Formats: sequence, C-alpha cells, structure tokens
Amino acid sequence: MDPLETARVRGDFPLLERTMGGSRLAYLDSGATAQKPTCVIDAEQDFLTRSNAAVHRGAHTLAVEATEAFEAARAAVARFVGADTEEVVWTKNATEALNLVAYGFANASAGLGGDEAARFRVGPGDTLVVTEMEHHANLVPWQQLAARTGARLRWLPLTDDGRLDLTDLETIVDDSTAVLAFTHVSNVLGTINEVDRLVARAREVGALTVLDACQSAAHLPLDLHALDVDFAAFSGHKMLGPTGIGALYGRKHLLDALPPVLTGGSMITTVTMEETRFLPAPQRFEAGTQPVAQIVGLGAAVEYLTEIGMDTVAMHEAAVGEALLSGVREIPGVRVLGPLDPTRRIGTVSFDVEGVHAHDVGQFLDSRGVAARVGHHCAQPLHRRYGITASTRASSAIYTDTADVEQFLAALSEVRAFFGAHA
Amino acid sequence: MTDLTQLYQQVILDHSRERIGSGTLLAPADRPAGFGSSHQVNPTCGDEITVEVGPGSGADAHRWEGAGCSISMAAASVASELLTDHGRDRFAAEIAPAFRTLMDSRGRGEPDEELLGDASAFHGVSKFPGRIKCALLAWVAFEDALAQTATTKE
Repeated sequence: MDPLETARVRGDFPLLERTMGGSRLAYLDSGATAQKPTCVIDAEQDFLTRSNAAVHRGAHTLAVEATEAFEAARAAVARFVGADTEEVVWTKNATEALNLVAYGFANASAGLGGDEAARFRVGPGDTLVVTEMEHHANLVPWQQLAARTGARLRWLPLTDDGRLDLTDLETIVDDSTAVLAFTHVSNVLGTINEVDRLVARAREVGALTVLDACQSAAHLPLDLHALDVDFAAFSGHKMLGPTGIGALYGRKHLLDALPPVLTGGSMITTVTMEETRFLPAPQRFEAGTQPVAQIVGLGAAVEYLTEIGMDTVAMHEAAVGEALLSGVREIPGVRVLGPLDPTRRIGTVSFDVEGVHAHDVGQFLDSRGVAARVGHHCAQPLHRRYGITASTRASSAIYTDTADVEQFLAALSEVRAFFGAHA
Repeated sequence: MTDLTQLYQQVILDHSRERIGSGTLLAPADRPAGFGSSHQVNPTCGDEITVEVGPGSGADAHRWEGAGCSISMAAASVASELLTDHGRDRFAAEIAPAFRTLMDSRGRGEPDEELLGDASAFHGVSKFPGRIKCALLAWVAFEDALAQTATTKE
C-alpha cells in the first residue's frame, strides 16, 4: 500500500490521533491488541442502539433482527478464514477456544460423548505434541490434559534463529501422537511456520492438528480448508474487532463429535431429569447468552479487512516488517530474536537490548510516544530457550506507517545511552 | 525534570548497576535458627528475586540474588543498604512501612529522607502505577525473609 492509502486507512482509526505526553503516538503493540476502525465501533453501537435482543429465542421482530446479525457475522468470519459457517464456534477468546478442544479431549477421555467421541480419548501411551514457541494458551491446556489423562507431552524445539527445528519431526510426531498443536505465527518471533509440513506429518500418523491462528488471522490471507488443519483458534480483538469474542474452527464432523465443555441453556435438543441431548455444532459449544454486540463488531472488522484485501494487508505489513527488522538490526547492542529473513516472518520484531531490561526499554519508548510490548509475552519457555526472561516487541498492523517505524527506531537508538549501557 | 528523569533518578540508576548486598545465596538445607529466605516473582514481566536473612543476627547478615529491571534491582540494593544501616527491628517496624506508604502515594507523598535515605528517590516511581510492583518486589522479599527469622528462632 502506498503512503497515501496508509494515511486514508489511519483516518479510520480515531485512537491513532491521540498524542502521548506531547508526542505523536506510534502504536506498535498490535500483536497484543489491535486498534479499532470506526466501522467496528459504530457496528457495536448501532446494534445496541437499534437491534439489541436475545438471539435464537423469542419470536418478536427485534429477536429476529438480532439473530440475523449474529449469524451474518458468523458467516462473514467463516468466509474470512476459509471455513464453512457451521464450522465457526463463538468463544470468549482464543484461549477459551483452545481450552475447549483440550477439555473436550479430557471429557472424551473420561468416557463422555460415547462411541462418536472415541477418537478424542487419550491416556498413557499417547502423546500430545506442541512446540517450544507456543503462547502459554496453546501449551498449558495440553499440559493439563496430559496431567489429567496420563498422556505424555512432547514438543518440537527451536533453532537458534527462531524457527521450528523439524530435524526430529518424524520421531517426535510418531504413531503414539494423538494431537499436534502449534502456532501458525509466533507471537514473539513473528516466524511463519510450515503448516503444510506439520499437517502432512500429523496426517501420516493419524494425529489431529490444532492451529493457533491468533497472529496470522489479522495479518495474512487465511484459508483453513486449504491449510487442512482439524481445529484452529483466533481472537477478535487482534483482528480489529472487539475484546470478549474469539472463535474456534473445527471440521464439522469433529465438532459434532467433540464433547462440549460448557453445558446448559441454548446448546441442547432435549433435557429430562436424567439426561440431555446436545445440538450439533456450533450451538453445542455456545451455552448461555453470547456477547452479541461484540460478535456483530467482529463481523464488521472482517468485512473491513476483506474490503482492503488481505493480500494488500500482508504486502503492506511485509514492507513495514522489513523496515522494522533492518532498522533494529542496525542499532548497536540490540539483538533481534527470530529469523533474519524478512520473508519468513510477519511484521513483528522482538529484541533484547544488551544491558537494559525490557521493562526499562519499554518505559523509555513510552516517553517518546512509542507503545511497544515488554515482558515474556506469555511465552516463558521461548524466552528461556534464548537465555532471557523478557524481551521488547514492536508489532505492526494495517495502519502502521513509516512515521511509526522512524519514531520507534529513533527512540530505540537512544535507549542504551540513557541507561548508561555502553559496550 | 521530565517524568522519565523523575522515574529514573541518577541514584536509582547507580543502585541498579552497583548493587549493594547482591551476592551468592547460602541456601542452607537445614534452615538454621534465625534464617529466612524468600523468593518473589513478578509474573507480568518474569522479574525475580531471592532474599536471605541470617543465619546470625549481624547487621550485614543478609544477601540477595535477582534478575530484573533497573527499578526492581535498585529497590533491592537500597533495601539491603537500609537494613545494614538501621538493623532488622527498625527496618521492619519503620522503614519498610514508610516505603510502602511512599509507593502508595501516587507521587503525592513526601518522603522522610532521614529515614528512607536513597529509597526517597523512589518517590517518582510512585507516579507510575505500572512500575510500583517493580519497586516493591524486593521489599516484599526482605519483609518476608525477616518475618521468617522470627519463626526459626530457638
């Protein structure tokens, strides 16, 4: 996207007009949460102002309108990620989506779900495989499933330059593997993983695949059917949508067989005092009242991204990412984490400043109007792998422009002198 | 002074580099009389510190090991210095409570410089809600380790 168009896009994001202590705001924390375009803010407000009602119940006109808006958003999100409409389950966030799968396995392993759920049963002798770069949300639920069932947790290690080390893929993912759960894009390193190779190996051994798509859904064209994964999770707020809404994708026949975790209203066909029959997916996973306004907002967000075009988004962010990467690499005493080849990553750059703790780096950047993320980014094992406890991350989005990058690089180049960290 | 230089006063930056009391832990397996040890972690950033007090009751019978930002490391250094200078009783009864009050003051407190010494420089930190935990991490560990020495007394 040329600078003129970026300026137009930025005009859609009112928050970017804020100043921070007299400085222009350079928002480089979109990996944590993205800013919202006016159309998303308006969609939520319009729904609450004009169409609010309970969905999937009641016969009055408002209830019908609300249900239509709710389901139209599901269809829009499904189109956006290359899924069928009934393969998209609303969840509170991606964390809940990943837990929904892991606890579904746990429920099946405890005998729930009958014969249909047999393929989700795990126990001693089975392995669950993750990677060393996972966000805690795609690691801890699998640790918990292992602890609960006696299955063994294994993981694919990392190379020094921040890629998955697939040297031992065939021995780590073997006939005992029931699940291979991995991230599409690392939230710290920005690395784009080789989904096709991992899925192919999982298929060979009959393992189910679970993809964390949080860092790809907003930044790369996503086609879950083409990626051929069994489950995927993503969060609304990272893709220009509201907080409080995320989604689980699953192949329809798998979702229809996976035992639900949250049970109660809205997810049943018949209930007697003795037992209950569940609706098919997606409703079987959507017990209780859903965050309808947020869902409508997320629908508006994916329409907005679709209108710009995800190829355009990816191209723009690749250019921003390359400028971030080459700029950070030029600053003495700063070590980039992750691949140095910009084509292997999205527009996210994490780094370690020699002699200055990430928290102090972030504080200094903040004083120059730059919002970056510091800490372990919910990936402690990854940081341990690279011998650090925390890092600083600059992450971009569709609205990130050259001025953001320049403001950030200028501030970063002053950090070591301010803290007296000289080589 | 800008907000940033209020936060990172020179005395804080100095303590973060020349860390008083930072040394190798003893970690005695038998937890002898008068020994206390406390490990504290800030889960939001991964900063951690372990403080040991005792065995023995000498003014400098304490040490700490930690990894973290300049604020958290300087706070540990300052706490160690004040404990040596004033002794355990005064540290626990007067200095630590005064430091907590200062941290809760949101930049409005007036530090008692005679009592708090270099810790007075943390006045500016109290204006940054995101950094108060950094300043308190070591102090929580010192207070906890000191409290344990009482329970391991013969």
